[in-house]
Amino acid sequence: MASHAHSNAHGDHGHHDHDHHGSHANHGTFGSYMTGFVLSVILTAIPFWLVMGNVIADKQVTAILIMGLGLVQIVVHMIFFLHMDTKSEGGWNMMALLFTVVLVLITLSGSLWVMHNLNAYMMPTQMTPEAAKQLP
Amino acid sequence: MSANTTHNAQPAEGLTFYMREEHHPEQSTMIGFWIYLMSDCLIFAILFATYAVLGHSFAGGPDAKELFDLKLVAINTAMLLFSSITYGFAMLEMEKGNKGLMISWMMVTFFFGACFLGIELYEFHHLIGEGAGPGRSAFLSAFFTLVGTHGIHVTCGLVWMAVLMVQMNKFGITAANKRRMTTLSMFWHFLDVIWIGVFSFVYLMGVL
Repeated sequence: MASHAHSNAHGDHGHHDHDHHGSHANHGTFGSYMTGFVLSVILTAIPFWLVMGNVIADKQVTAILIMGLGLVQIVVHMIFFLHMDTKSEGGWNMMALLFTVVLVLITLSGSLWVMHNLNAYMMPTQMTPEAAKQLP
Repeated sequence: MSANTTHNAQPAEGLTFYMREEHHPEQSTMIGFWIYLMSDCLIFAILFATYAVLGHSFAGGPDAKELFDLKLVAINTAMLLFSSITYGFAMLEMEKGNKGLMISWMMVTFFFGACFLGIELYEFHHLIGEGAGPGRSAFLSAFFTLVGTHGIHVTCGLVWMAVLMVQMNKFGITAANKRRMTTLSMFWHFLDVIWIGVFSFVYLMGVL
């Protein structure tokens, strides 16, 4: 188990110090955990307040704000609680994460797109069978 | 690593190695567990996509606005958030080597996690009692599958935490237990990340 070259917050490559045997990347400090906690409390409270208090009349704007704040909170959790950075495990954590994000985006947008088209073209709610036969 | 050379037949003194590359990480548990979490993330992505597609198919039944109680969801979210920070405190105590304090924080985390699960089960029970069970409409099927899968994950996390508390108590903060604690930390915080998606997309957007 000698000479871990794990890229800690303070360890540079090529300099194989033996201080952190078996320990991994950064574990966070009391300060970083509290920062993450306070940020996530704020980022949770705002969308609940927006919806429960009917703050903004325009629902579209509220929806965009909720999703935006949710995304910001996910990033906050990733950084302060999951200790994500570009250096942990030699960058492979970030690569796996980015790959997953791409797959998630394809899955979500693809499902919505395909199912929207199926609904629009194949649900005969406002269409008589005769009219359906006339479709190109 | 150092013991390897003594098993070889040839004398080890004359051998020197010049490493051009980084060492491979000897402990691959963290990256492996991270990849497991990413695959779990895909499961949730598919369940979110299913909910997004079916979320408005009420089949003449109750819709999200009538069913969801946001106050309950807010309390639930608070429970999970508190459990995240207390688990963080347990990790910090582990780094310092305070076994007693670490186990205490794990107990607090377990308590908050159990509260979350209890509130969720109460909500499910309440919905099913109102005739809004998973069989009522496509919207409710998708809702119960998504939120239920998250709940099952939390249950697994709680079982894991209970077992780990016993192991920590019995064997102390050993290298193996540290590894288990760190992977459970990733798992627990990951579930919190998924819950952000659930309360934003399912509950808040549903009631909006």
